Amino acid sequence: MPILWLVLIVLAVSAAGFFLGRARALASAGGSSRELHSLPSYYGMNVAFSVLVPSLLVLAAWSLLQPVLIESSVAKLIPAEAIAEGSNLDLVMSDVRRVADGLDVAVAQGVMSADEASTTNVDGAELRATLGEIGVALGADVDESVLTAAQAFRSKTANAGLALTVIVLALTVAGFLFSYLRTNKDFRARNVVERGILVLLMGAASIAILTTVGIVLSMVFETKNFFGLHSWTDFFFGSTWAPNFRGDSELSMLPLLWGTMYISVVALLVAVPVGLFAAVYLSEYASKPVRSFAKPLLEILAGIPTIVYGLFALVTFGPFLLRMFGDGGTFGVDLMTDARSVATAGIVMGIMLIPFVSSLSDDIINAVPQAMRDGSYGLGATKSETIKQVVLPAALPGIVGAILLAASRAIGETMIVVMGAGAIARFAGNPLEALTTITTRIVSQLTGDGDFASPETLVAFALGLSLFVITLGLNVLALYIVRKYREQYD
Amino acid sequence: MSDSSMSNTPKTSIHTLNARTKKRNASETRFKAYGIAAIAAGLMMLVVLLVTIVGNGYSAFTQTFISLEVELLESKLDKKGNRNIEDIKKVSTFGYTPLLQTAFEEKVAELGIETELSKKEMAGILSKSAAAEMRNLVVEDPSQIGNKVAFTFLANSRVDGYLKGRVTRESIANDKNISVAQLDFVDQLKEQGVVVKRFNPDFIFGADASDQRPEAAGIGVSMAGSFFMMLVVLGLALPIGVAASIYLEEFAPKNWITDIIEVNISNLAAVPSIVFGILGLAVFINYMHLPQSAPLVGGLVLTLMTLPTIIISTRASLKAVPPSIRDAALGLGASKMQSVFHHVLPLAAPGILTGTIIGLAQALGETAPLLLIGMIGFIASNPPSGFAEGLLSPNSAMPAQIYEWAKRADPAFYERAWGGIIILLVFLITMNTIAVILRRRFERRW
Repeated sequence: MPILWLVLIVLAVSAAGFFLGRARALASAGGSSRELHSLPSYYGMNVAFSVLVPSLLVLAAWSLLQPVLIESSVAKLIPAEAIAEGSNLDLVMSDVRRVADGLDVAVAQGVMSADEASTTNVDGAELRATLGEIGVALGADVDESVLTAAQAFRSKTANAGLALTVIVLALTVAGFLFSYLRTNKDFRARNVVERGILVLLMGAASIAILTTVGIVLSMVFETKNFFGLHSWTDFFFGSTWAPNFRGDSELSMLPLLWGTMYISVVALLVAVPVGLFAAVYLSEYASKPVRSFAKPLLEILAGIPTIVYGLFALVTFGPFLLRMFGDGGTFGVDLMTDARSVATAGIVMGIMLIPFVSSLSDDIINAVPQAMRDGSYGLGATKSETIKQVVLPAALPGIVGAILLAASRAIGETMIVVMGAGAIARFAGNPLEALTTITTRIVSQLTGDGDFASPETLVAFALGLSLFVITLGLNVLALYIVRKYREQYD
Repeated sequence: MSDSSMSNTPKTSIHTLNARTKKRNASETRFKAYGIAAIAAGLMMLVVLLVTIVGNGYSAFTQTFISLEVELLESKLDKKGNRNIEDIKKVSTFGYTPLLQTAFEEKVAELGIETELSKKEMAGILSKSAAAEMRNLVVEDPSQIGNKVAFTFLANSRVDGYLKGRVTRESIANDKNISVAQLDFVDQLKEQGVVVKRFNPDFIFGADASDQRPEAAGIGVSMAGSFFMMLVVLGLALPIGVAASIYLEEFAPKNWITDIIEVNISNLAAVPSIVFGILGLAVFINYMHLPQSAPLVGGLVLTLMTLPTIIISTRASLKAVPPSIRDAALGLGASKMQSVFHHVLPLAAPGILTGTIIGLAQALGETAPLLLIGMIGFIASNPPSGFAEGLLSPNSAMPAQIYEWAKRADPAFYERAWGGIIILLVFLITMNTIAVILRRRFERRW
């Protein structure tokens, strides 16, 4: 039975349960709701939740686990010889899935009977042709072991589907009966319902933890696989990034890290002075109308999607720089050969970070107590002297925190560097030359056509994990500094 | 100050500025000017960005069309003459090209245009989709064979670029796709009103096209993809985010578990978006085998990304509801849960909605994670026909489509990318405006 129908049945039973439970509670109190322990709708909700929650939880857990369990049991059916040279179990399994899907389609369209599909052992070329006719294209003739595995896959999936339906319906009925029969006027329905809701709320809050665990686990496993195939010393301490899909790649993070840092520094060189001066002006000098006009306008810059900045770098700003500094350019210097460069990506990224730096610093400058300014004015300092010698030093930890947060943003930024920074991994010092970054390499290694189990693809996970650790470190450091600073004045 | 120095300084009024004061005042003015310059620089960047977007993108909304009457010759399209649909389908688009060429010859003769172009070159100013357009009409309605049918074909992207000023006679010196003579021919046809540039709704509602036919590409289908992703994000992130915030703000005991959750959420908000893409690829596609490129997967990834934003803003608006409201509810006998759901939550709703809309706007413009879960690099030719298909069949999303166009490195596609950005920004501006209005209109300050 399709899962959608299952869900609809559960929902319908639970809705019916609401009204039945409510009615039963009222009936047990002789129709007078004052005799009840809780409000009548709580009795209804108790039944509805008892139906809904267990069955949907089982449904969700089952849908998560089923593919993995079936996969691993089917994978045992594939003999090691059946895995061709240069292939691996993952690829064979994806063939198995495709054949199984193809058989499903064949049955659905009436090309094969259900029996035929589960027992046929026609030769591979013929099956490929049959499936090809109904629009399921296979890459190669179907191997015998793949066919057996696909049939096992289908029968297991069908069995599991049946079992799921039975279990969910049983839970639905059991939940209904259990809660319905418990309903009477002395039953403390509100307490039970509220405890249930609290558990749901806790579950929602723990999704944040689950996400983090998911991020870390998904990357740690693949990174472990990567270090099984590629030496970790080369990754961390090598000096060359030269992926080669025929194998024998040199995959070192250092040139990428250099590019990332270089571009981030350029971005910060643009964003920090502009952002900081803007924040100082807005919080110390600007009149109210100016502030309420300029601040939201500046913050628009932060709301523009990064793809827009990327396109701006690629199509407008990069070519502009090239006309300035390239061969035959305005400045008559030949320093730039390609529109994509460190400066292109860095400056555009800096524009994006201006409001980030300015609004964070603005908050921090505003948090400096007015008494400190007044003291400084009282000693005869001018406004700018007060800012330079009193306000900024007092706000310094917070501003450093803001800059660190901006740096972490810059390091993790993807679209601008994918479109504006180029693809050459090296240790170059000229900001008008192309460099590449960690994020661009993650994108290119994972969107290429490479085999998913090769070190050239898996390196993306190692890069992702490094990126995660670096940005997390920066964030934690920044939050620590900001928090420590706040304690001084609160 | 000592007496001796007093006697040494000449007597001056405190109203005349001495050198040191002048210096200090100058530095004051300078400092203030730096601030103004910084703000001006920021605003100038904004203006430059907007001018670039609008200046490059507005032309994507118009397109050059060529109107022609084509005789659908039976001798070419249905040689047996029995209108058998299978036979008609066998005629490929190549079979239709001669008809187009003849149509051009007739048109030229009719209008009295003198040109040295061969008929093949004349037909070259049409889009490559012209023959397919004719074939679709014939396959759909074979009774049209033998008739003279008026078509409005898309012009080739070079011709379109010529009319928009992107392509000039100088710039096509090395271009094999178009010649100066063809541009002259276009000028002649334009005078006669055969070639016109007009608003092109297909850009907004149509599907992407292959990289040979920039003139036919539209953003409509990927807009549908974005729409379904936003549905997923709204359907998951709002309830989960609100539930999590209620727990953390109203019920969570002060202990180390709560601390971990809180630190976690603030860190998740700063995790680079591409890391969420890696998570989506590893968990939703490689582990759970959800269909690649499906808006459902994109929606799930963006949900995880948006959750921290929604949680942070929801907690802020819950915190803004004064404790007296809770105390009053509790005092009247409500349970803690009732006080939250019946009183605090409704009062915080405008703030929660505002935060949600801003979170959605962020998710709508996000590109990087979508690249990793495969929402680029293919062409979904039809808009999804239903809800399930919208969620599960491969599609693109607006920002991914824009990236795809930018990658094709053809100025005609750049124009479309900018046009797509205009549409994307219109959505974002609308959402943010709604958020601001909601905040102004409904938010209560206590």
